[in-house]
Amino acid sequence: MFEALSDRLTDIFTGLRSKGTLTERDVDTAMREIRMSLLEADVNFKVVKEFVARVKERSIGAEVLQSLTPGQQVVKIVHEELLRILGEPARLDLQTTPAVILLAGLQGSGKTTTAAKLAHTLRKQGHHPLLVALDVYRPAAVDQIVSLGKQLTIPVYEEGTREKPVKIAANALNHARKNAHSVVIFDTAGRLHIDDAMMHELKEIDHQVHPNELLLVADAMTGQDAVQAAEAFHQAVNLTGLILTKMDGDARGGAALSIRQVTGIPIKYMGLGEKTDALEVFHPDRLAQRILGMGDVLSLIEKAQEQYTDDQAKSLEKKMRTATFDLDDFLSQMQNLRKMGPLTQIVEMIPGMRGALKQAGGMPDLNDKQVKRVEAIIQSMTKAERRNPSIIDGSRRKRIARGSGTTVQEVNQLLNQFRDMQKLMKQLMSGKMRIPKGLMGL
Amino acid sequence: MLRNLFRREPTPQEREQIESAVQKTRQGALGHISDLFRQQVITEETWDELEDLLIQADVGPTTAIELVSRARKEVEKEELKTPVEAETAVRRQMVEILGRDEHEPLEEMPAGTIILMVGVNGSGKTTSIAKLASYLEQRGRSVLLAAADTFRAAAIDQLRVWGERVKAPVVAHQQEADPGAVVFDAVKAAQSRGLDLVLVDTAGRLHTKFNLMEELQKIKRVASKANPEAHIVSLLTLDATTGQNAILQAKSFLQSVEVDGIILSKLDGTAKGGVAFSVYNELGVPIWYIGTGEKVQDLAPFDHLAFVNALFE
Repeated sequence: MFEALSDRLTDIFTGLRSKGTLTERDVDTAMREIRMSLLEADVNFKVVKEFVARVKERSIGAEVLQSLTPGQQVVKIVHEELLRILGEPARLDLQTTPAVILLAGLQGSGKTTTAAKLAHTLRKQGHHPLLVALDVYRPAAVDQIVSLGKQLTIPVYEEGTREKPVKIAANALNHARKNAHSVVIFDTAGRLHIDDAMMHELKEIDHQVHPNELLLVADAMTGQDAVQAAEAFHQAVNLTGLILTKMDGDARGGAALSIRQVTGIPIKYMGLGEKTDALEVFHPDRLAQRILGMGDVLSLIEKAQEQYTDDQAKSLEKKMRTATFDLDDFLSQMQNLRKMGPLTQIVEMIPGMRGALKQAGGMPDLNDKQVKRVEAIIQSMTKAERRNPSIIDGSRRKRIARGSGTTVQEVNQLLNQFRDMQKLMKQLMSGKMRIPKGLMGL
Repeated sequence: MLRNLFRREPTPQEREQIESAVQKTRQGALGHISDLFRQQVITEETWDELEDLLIQADVGPTTAIELVSRARKEVEKEELKTPVEAETAVRRQMVEILGRDEHEPLEEMPAGTIILMVGVNGSGKTTSIAKLASYLEQRGRSVLLAAADTFRAAAIDQLRVWGERVKAPVVAHQQEADPGAVVFDAVKAAQSRGLDLVLVDTAGRLHTKFNLMEELQKIKRVASKANPEAHIVSLLTLDATTGQNAILQAKSFLQSVEVDGIILSKLDGTAKGGVAFSVYNELGVPIWYIGTGEKVQDLAPFDHLAFVNALFE
């Protein structure tokens, strides 16, 4: 559904080039594409307007029109402008002891899960965190944070749901001082930015605990209204940063750009899943790519690099180039892939892959059991068979199936998969398909 | 404006609640549409502004552009001159894009009907279940709640609290239990206790998680196995503040459990839920109910004609 902006722009300019000269009106066509792309990513329409005006100004001023690759030039400007707005990743200010972090946001944005993730992240950095349950309204909200605390063995301060949150907050702070906690994370109730009584409560809590960090927790899937909500929160309590949640889905996260542009608060973390360790430091470059619909290639490369040493990658590349990639290599690839996380998540980070997969009817998840089966099949082959699978005839297949405790069908399936993979590699090597640099290790 | 979404007369208490919600929502983008057509003449700018207003309400660029161009075509073809006529054309196109929805009301569905509540994390499934339970009980149907969100910490407790408040029995297992087993037991329990409808609260899941979407299919299969005659209705809760990702969400859930209708939740903020237009326009899934507040009574059946008309008040 979302074509990468760069492809679209390149297409436009290629089309225009055939007429010889590019005019300002041609640039306008490109600007319309940028506008569409950003609106589809849920960037606020006012922010889009300003943004496009700036990009246009720079595009006309710069040497885009004379450039051999005007499409790429415009993409570069768009990218630079995005990065300029998104800003640098900012660290948490945890100067005082205890440092106080207050989380606020709309209902369902993910505050409680984020509070737990943040506590977990900070503990890994050597802190002694305390979680505080201030959501006395949503049924079982206190139970939820208590239960998360138990899972993580991080202490939770709560007084049930009878006391006023302001009072609980004050008591929690005393408790934290007594027990020498280095950081206190307050999880507040979700509230609508137009709910005066609830916004007043947030102000009271703010005055009571004087947070070092007052973070807005916002859902990456939020639409145009993100700006109104963020502005209202910022006006009420002076936010110090933003945590963008649910980034593990396919939301393009345009809301972050809008919030950043309108409030100026820095983005501090991104939430990437339901596991309590899935909180990531914000990478402006990756978010920019995502907003442009270009996939999150950098995260993928990083994941790949965690698994491969340079030597491994080099030898693999050579094998692929010289078409000597064999079943042993296939096996080690599968094992490595498995270490990188669920295959579906990995594949979705590759631009264009999601669409291709959907057409193919989804991606089966590769589980440990399947990897073990593949391992067994390959290990039941002779060395010669592994190097040159084409010699594996019917009787060899039967033997391999018996040896690995599988069926001939399963052996066939594996051999077919391997053949497909070899074909794919040949295509990659002959340059018929584009693969991002650094992905060679895959 | 939300009052118009009720097909029947609201009670005085409901009226009061809706009134207060209206105060807040009236400032929203879609409410400004009629202002556009109070000008003397319709210009190029009017259409651009209309597009902006639609986008601002999360209608999405594709559907917004389509809507504007359809309305413009009608104006040109019919040689409509006055702003009033143009407004009527826009209104007509909006109604058309929002689609017609003639589903059987839940309260009239046969006993044994199983309602699966699905959606992404934080979209408001559990609260919507409670509201729906109370809504159905008020209309004389008995309900049973199934706590099939066995994943999120304290989700079961949350549903239990709601169950007590709306006086509906809750069937629950331990946390991390198999959600399919919970549903099976719930359906059996409803049969033996002679309760009409089973409302199933499922765990929030991002639509991109293949395994979790499969699990949802399994829950549905188990439900129909527990009662092969049962009519199964899948309702997707969609947060009204969601932007264009809503289309991708609806698409995935549609593929997984054949979503019948949508509950548009959290319409009490400033978000206008314009995704309703694009979701129907692109996928044909209609809105069934809207959630207008945090109280258990804050649920209303969605009436698309009234919805569009209300935007022009």
